[in-house]
Amino acid sequence: MKGKAHKFGDNISTDLIAPGKYFHLRNNLEELAKHVMEDADPEFVKKLTPGDFIVAGENFGCGSSREHAPRIIKIAGVSAVLAKSFARIFFRNSINIGLLLIECNTDEISSGDEIEINLEKGIVINISRNTEIPFIPPPPFMQEISESGGLVEYVKKKKRLE
Amino acid sequence: MGKTFVQKILSKKLGKEVEPGKIYIFPTDWVFAQDGTGPLAIKVFQELQIKEVSNPSRVIFFLDHASPPPRSELANSHKLIREFCARIGCLIGEEGDGVCHQIMVERYSAPGQIIVGADSHTCTSGALSAFATGMGSTDIGVAIALGKVWMKVPFSFNIQLKGKLKERVTAKDIILHLIGKLGASGATYKALEFTGEGTRNLSMDDRLTISNMAVECGAKTGIFPSDEITREYLTSMGRENDFQEISYDTDAPYEKEVFINIEEVEPMVSLPHSVDNVSKVKEVKNLKIDQVFIGTCTGGRLSDFMKAAEILEGKKVKSRLLIAPGSRKVFLEGEKEGVWKILIEAGGILLPPGCGPCVGIHQGVLADGEVCLSSANRNFKGRMGNPKGAIYLASPITCAASALTGYLTDPREAGLEDY
Ligand code: SF4
Repeated sequence: MKGKAHKFGDNISTDLIAPGKYFHLRNNLEELAKHVMEDADPEFVKKLTPGDFIVAGENFGCGSSREHAPRIIKIAGVSAVLAKSFARIFFRNSINIGLLLIECNTDEISSGDEIEINLEKGIVINISRNTEIPFIPPPPFMQEISESGGLVEYVKKKKRLE
Repeated sequence: MGKTFVQKILSKKLGKEVEPGKIYIFPTDWVFAQDGTGPLAIKVFQELQIKEVSNPSRVIFFLDHASPPPRSELANSHKLIREFCARIGCLIGEEGDGVCHQIMVERYSAPGQIIVGADSHTCTSGALSAFATGMGSTDIGVAIALGKVWMKVPFSFNIQLKGKLKERVTAKDIILHLIGKLGASGATYKALEFTGEGTRNLSMDDRLTISNMAVECGAKTGIFPSDEITREYLTSMGRENDFQEISYDTDAPYEKEVFINIEEVEPMVSLPHSVDNVSKVKEVKNLKIDQVFIGTCTGGRLSDFMKAAEILEGKKVKSRLLIAPGSRKVFLEGEKEGVWKILIEAGGILLPPGCGPCVGIHQGVLADGEVCLSSANRNFKGRMGNPKGAIYLASPITCAASALTGYLTDPREAGLEDY
């Protein structure tokens, strides 16, 4: 998994990711995805190449439970979000819909850096700076959900939740 | 060794001891969604291709965020939700019934329950000693179908409260003070458990305001003991049978202890654009307020409006004042108490029960550069519909005092009577 980093600060809220003023677009995620991160960086969607990464500080995805936030990040073509920490609901929503989150130290990543993620080894490689950042992979149950493609697929496959 | 509330509630539900940090599948007592998250939960439910809903009488949809709807897309969401509810036979909170969390505590939530809602402030019901937490639409879609959720058992923080509130200081000031102390992510993945003799000095409305904002420091939930105050509240709602006592153990394995002497808490304000950016009201000088909003699941209960009315009776406001009762019940009780007349005569605008301007969908959207002081729980950039507006958060009393002077005002300030 390789792409460019787009760097944001701490406490990026779901209001910044999926602005409330587009509430009416919530049943039209493709349209809503055109406004992803708009209140944090109005140019974000223009700068984004599919496969790129969002990189942020502490508490990414804080605020409302709107699952539309991780969904439109995924729809917009972001391959993973890297942050020092994630807000709880955003974290589980992302697992449930199969958006990859990496919790790691993001201090040494800047906008424009070329990044590669190696899931097996649990490292983020900053190609531009020739550095490696370790991360701890999620617990097996969460991995199983992610690998199924999300909670819906997991439940469909198992026909139950146990 | 004693147990945390979380351990007590979740172990009992599962019929075996749960361990913090571990993931289990839990049965749910109530599953709900609102009009913003509901359509996606319905879509997820349909994708599961499961025909039978495990327990429709324990599923509720609330039409509260965009109610009445300001545009056709939102009206269509309401229609979709109504049709779905009729088809599967679940419950509905209609337009005008009020905010989901307020209706949950009035009608449904009870001590010892597991409650999941597709709304982050689901933790409000923790005030009634329920394990209540917000989730996303996929979790809720699955929970609608199966009556189950996956959850990691959180570690708990012990928030020990001592003493009584001083005059014109409120529960909102306690929780803003605590969030300032812990930080916006200071309790991420944790449960806040409120203990100590100070809890006995807090009314149910006070507890609801505090539990409501637990999520603003990242917590999964915020739980109070179930005691006489809980029993009285449930009785007043005609639900005495829902009561069971759940008390705290002083030797429970808490990850962290925080002490708050309530008597030392002063009126607090949270400055833009993050809830943990708190300050004492008296330390913020010359802040002109364009709009004041009193309402929401945090500050839209009867006692909140009564406190505001006490300050504004017979006076005229200098800032625009929007008021939105948390529920139809709050509206009707306020009517009996005569608070709406007082607030409207003072210059207030009464909005229908519901979320009102809280989330920027309709009503009370700020103009560029405007400042709003709100009794709500969030002041994120763009929250009220315009990223160029600024939102400050405070108690309903501070909101009322500030509406009166047109500037952010400590409600204990001398001379307020002269306005
Ligand atoms: S009142 Fe505000 S915080 Fe409460 S549920 Fe409604 S939008 Fe959310």
